[in-house]
Amino acid sequence: MTALLENEGPRPHGGGSELSDPATDRDALLAFDRLSLAIHGTTILHDVSLALFAGRVTGLVGESGSGKSMTALAAIGLLPDGAATSGAIRMDGRDLVALRERDWLGIRGNDVAMIFQEPMTALNPVHTIGAQVAETLRLRGASRAEAMRIARDRLDRVGLSRIPLDRYPHELSGGQRQRVCIALAIARRPRLLIADEPTTALDVTTQAEILALLRGLVDDEGMALLLITHDLGVVAGIADRVAVMNNGRIVEADTTEALFRHHRDPYTRDLLAASRVPARARRKVPPDPVLAARDVVRTYGAHRAVDGVSFTLHRGESLGLVGESGCGKSTLTRALLGLEPVQGGAIELMGRPGGTAMTRGERAKVSVVFQDPYGSFDPRWTVRRIVAEPFHLTGRPRDADARLAATLERVGLGAGDLDKYPHEFSGGQRQRIAIARALVTEPEVLVLDEAVSALDVRVRAQVLALLDDLQTRLGLAYLFIGHDLSVVRAIADRVIVMQAGRFVEEGPVADVFTAPESDYTRTLIAAAPAIPDAWVKETS
Amino acid sequence: MWRALLHRTISLVAALAVASVVIFVMLQAVPGDPAAFMLGLNAQPDTVAALRAELGLEGSLPARYLDWIGGMLTGDFGTSYTYRVPVAELVADRIGVSAPLALYALGLTLLVAIPAGLLAASRRGGVADWGVMGATQLGLAVPNFWFAMLLVLVFAVSLGWVSAGGFPGWSDPVAAIGALTLPAIALALPQASILARVLRSALLDTLDADYIRTARAKGLSRRATVLRHALRNAAIPVLTILGLQFSFLLAGAIIIENVFFLPGLGRLIFQGITQRDLVVVQSVTMLLVFAVIAVTFAVELAYTLADPRLRRR
Amino acid sequence: MSWAFRIGALLAGLAVLAAGVGLVWLPYDTASVNIAERTLGPSMAHPLGTDHFGRDMVSMLMAGARTSIAVALLAVGIGAGAGVPLGLLAAARRGAWVDEVVMRGNDLIFAFPSLVIAILITAVFGPSAVNAILAIGIFNIPVFARVARGGALPLWTLDYVMAARVAGKGRGRISVEHILPNIANLLIVQATIQFSLGILAEAALSYVGLGAQPPTASWGRMLADAQTMIYTEPQLAILPGLAIVGTVLGLNLLGDGLRDLLDPRLRRMRM
Repeated sequence: MTALLENEGPRPHGGGSELSDPATDRDALLAFDRLSLAIHGTTILHDVSLALFAGRVTGLVGESGSGKSMTALAAIGLLPDGAATSGAIRMDGRDLVALRERDWLGIRGNDVAMIFQEPMTALNPVHTIGAQVAETLRLRGASRAEAMRIARDRLDRVGLSRIPLDRYPHELSGGQRQRVCIALAIARRPRLLIADEPTTALDVTTQAEILALLRGLVDDEGMALLLITHDLGVVAGIADRVAVMNNGRIVEADTTEALFRHHRDPYTRDLLAASRVPARARRKVPPDPVLAARDVVRTYGAHRAVDGVSFTLHRGESLGLVGESGCGKSTLTRALLGLEPVQGGAIELMGRPGGTAMTRGERAKVSVVFQDPYGSFDPRWTVRRIVAEPFHLTGRPRDADARLAATLERVGLGAGDLDKYPHEFSGGQRQRIAIARALVTEPEVLVLDEAVSALDVRVRAQVLALLDDLQTRLGLAYLFIGHDLSVVRAIADRVIVMQAGRFVEEGPVADVFTAPESDYTRTLIAAAPAIPDAWVKETS
Repeated sequence: MWRALLHRTISLVAALAVASVVIFVMLQAVPGDPAAFMLGLNAQPDTVAALRAELGLEGSLPARYLDWIGGMLTGDFGTSYTYRVPVAELVADRIGVSAPLALYALGLTLLVAIPAGLLAASRRGGVADWGVMGATQLGLAVPNFWFAMLLVLVFAVSLGWVSAGGFPGWSDPVAAIGALTLPAIALALPQASILARVLRSALLDTLDADYIRTARAKGLSRRATVLRHALRNAAIPVLTILGLQFSFLLAGAIIIENVFFLPGLGRLIFQGITQRDLVVVQSVTMLLVFAVIAVTFAVELAYTLADPRLRRR
Repeated sequence: MSWAFRIGALLAGLAVLAAGVGLVWLPYDTASVNIAERTLGPSMAHPLGTDHFGRDMVSMLMAGARTSIAVALLAVGIGAGAGVPLGLLAAARRGAWVDEVVMRGNDLIFAFPSLVIAILITAVFGPSAVNAILAIGIFNIPVFARVARGGALPLWTLDYVMAARVAGKGRGRISVEHILPNIANLLIVQATIQFSLGILAEAALSYVGLGAQPPTASWGRMLADAQTMIYTEPQLAILPGLAIVGTVLGLNLLGDGLRDLLDPRLRRMRM
């Protein structure tokens, strides 16, 4: 590891002041120098060294729990209570680690600013956006008029020129709120902006806009940007340099293209491989409809959440359904599962009326896997009881225990796991339990509702492989609902693109991705963060 | 916002209507013949008949209900059977003790609870926090009427600073306020304990919110973050509790007025019960319920103003 | 376990023990009057002395514990027994008319100061321990309904409830199998709080003569009797008061401790 850092990373050579950017040969704006961190005795970071440069975007990539967020919080002095640090964070010849809270007040917002993942909760709901952007300016002595003028200017800069200053956060969309967060972070023109998963909670098209905005700010204002993300596609598109983090250590760092092309660390290789799941090979599925919708309409009052959609899913086929939040895909899912009535059209399951008209036996033929591996199980139930719950539809079979064990083994777990509780499993294992629960009644159709969206990339790749294998062995039909195009591409034979309650495009996956017909699909594909093919082919 | 206001007003009126029916049915229909009930077991039939006529019990229940409500709306609360004066007069007299007492107690509550809650929240886990939490824990456990007795024991009996009870009237404001001081302290103790704890936990909850981290990240000090961002968001649960406390304050006042022999509404309603004066009980109960519902309404209005998410443009 | 939790368990346990023993055995009869032995100081025979009727104070306090705890416990039973099902129902049918009716009914009960309910009941039916239980119990119903509904609502949005619905289970069954066990912690904590409030309310009611009637001993009644003698025999007013404070404080500390112990979110925070 050390050898790697010496070769690849911006290693400090006897002190932070000598750090330099190989590309521009300028001094680092801020440098982590062998920073280690423990919280209540648990080590979170080991010897993290990383330099950030003005006018440059540094991507810090890692899976959940890798320590990337703590690295960021250390650079702005907002570590949680009980944090003990060693090493240094150097900026302007000072060691930030040694600063007292009072000294930090002069740095936060002024030299270093930060934006966070969740724009929906990051703004104070009871103050106007103008007041929140202007607040620190006012506190630093600017007159009210001057502070408001700057706030207006900053909001214009982040693309909110049409939004009045007296709006409250709840009146804005998620993307707009993230822009406000950026505006208040840059209100005093800090030299370093830290962005912690700034686009993870946003739709792809919004994500692309926010990333472009951040890149523009770095280029125009000469800021340094530390971009923290789990998504290699995001850093590939925006970062100048990338550092990969695992278990509190930086395992590899280099300029972006070089890192993608010539990485050496096995962890980086695994991460990259898992991030680029190969598209599914074109295959022929004989027509044999199991689930179909004809002109389905679902309204809530005057709002048509699902507005006349039709599709047919065949036995053994995988159908992807892609759309951004609010497009109606979740509503459609609930209707297909028979949880909510439809106001128009019809749903058919194996030639008989589906949706709410399904009998108990028919309901057992359609099951579902949800997104959240933590909310999917009653925390007080054992795996045995959880996986057996769908037997409620069929009556508990005589050989229930044997079938439970067999189902668990089918998803890669063991019969020994039956008497454990959900909290004893990792996120990926939980998703396997959810799949086991869906399979236990031997269904024809599996609805996979964002089933891999909450998983880290390496676990995601494993679960996708499991799903692929199960389909081959059991002849299941999948309705795969997702927002991530690269994932849908990996699992689906055909894909439907949904927008505002309607299907705007449908076709074989390869065709839709290579030659999209609708503008909306083209926008989605263009917005999806991707690693350039050329960067990856050399290593494979 | 106007639609929300209208909606709240309608439910206010509906709550009052239902409450009045409940009170009326309990006091007029459940006892059978209210006149016989009021006069007790040994009453002469002709006395009962006279009272029936006096109370207007000849009419049907719905007619009597409408009569009563109509009277309440126009300020005619009926005539007390025992005092032989209009209930409205009694109420006007007694409210001059009860309302100042409630306001005095509320003032003391806020005066103690807000600094205590702020202190505890800003020194989370520190000595001040422990002190406030321990003191409020004790304050919650002490029955206010017993606390009142202890206050009398110390300040009236041992030290002789104030009188042990009674009310001199407002002609001597200093003496009047003096007479209300111990009762107000006794009333305020449990209320201040509750409010301080609610304020502390509401503040701690908001201090965990994402927007607090945003405020810190843009350079606000801890103190400025609490004052500018946490306090107003914490005000919403605190206002809710404050509204509920009014109801407890009224209930507490009924007891405390009895400890200190204060001629307030609580003592009036209590005397009404012991003297089986249903006219007084019915009208005063309705007034108290009206006060609680009106305060709840005002509180909802207040936090609608405090929270822009509830204000519809 | 925190020291507050231990002290709470000790104090509350002591009160419950006194009440439990008092059910089957008291050192002295509390119904008979012995004027010759009135207002004695502490002695071997009467460790806490005697009251103005010559009754043994230890026996009186034990009998009072019996009354207070029985009243408060039954009132909690009424509140939880009616309130929890109502709250679960309201949450299961969120936004439907059932929810609306339950919540507005709750608001209505909240609009009556608790003592006013007691006063109305006793005005009509006469004062008694049973009526005190009813008056306190009715006021507990909306509290439990609110806590149950508030705890249940977020659970209804979770995927495991959705999975149970996909498995064909009805709202009632889901409420019993999934929702109730997951809000049990909240309800237990609320029950200890309502229990301690019930003790305070019972004391207040019997203090003003609307609770248990003589010869049933109760702490509030003892305080009312002692008030006229507060100048001469202050200990008669102090002992029952301390009994109330100790019991209520114990229950409150127990409730706080249970909340910390049972709430996995807090447990994680302390890690």
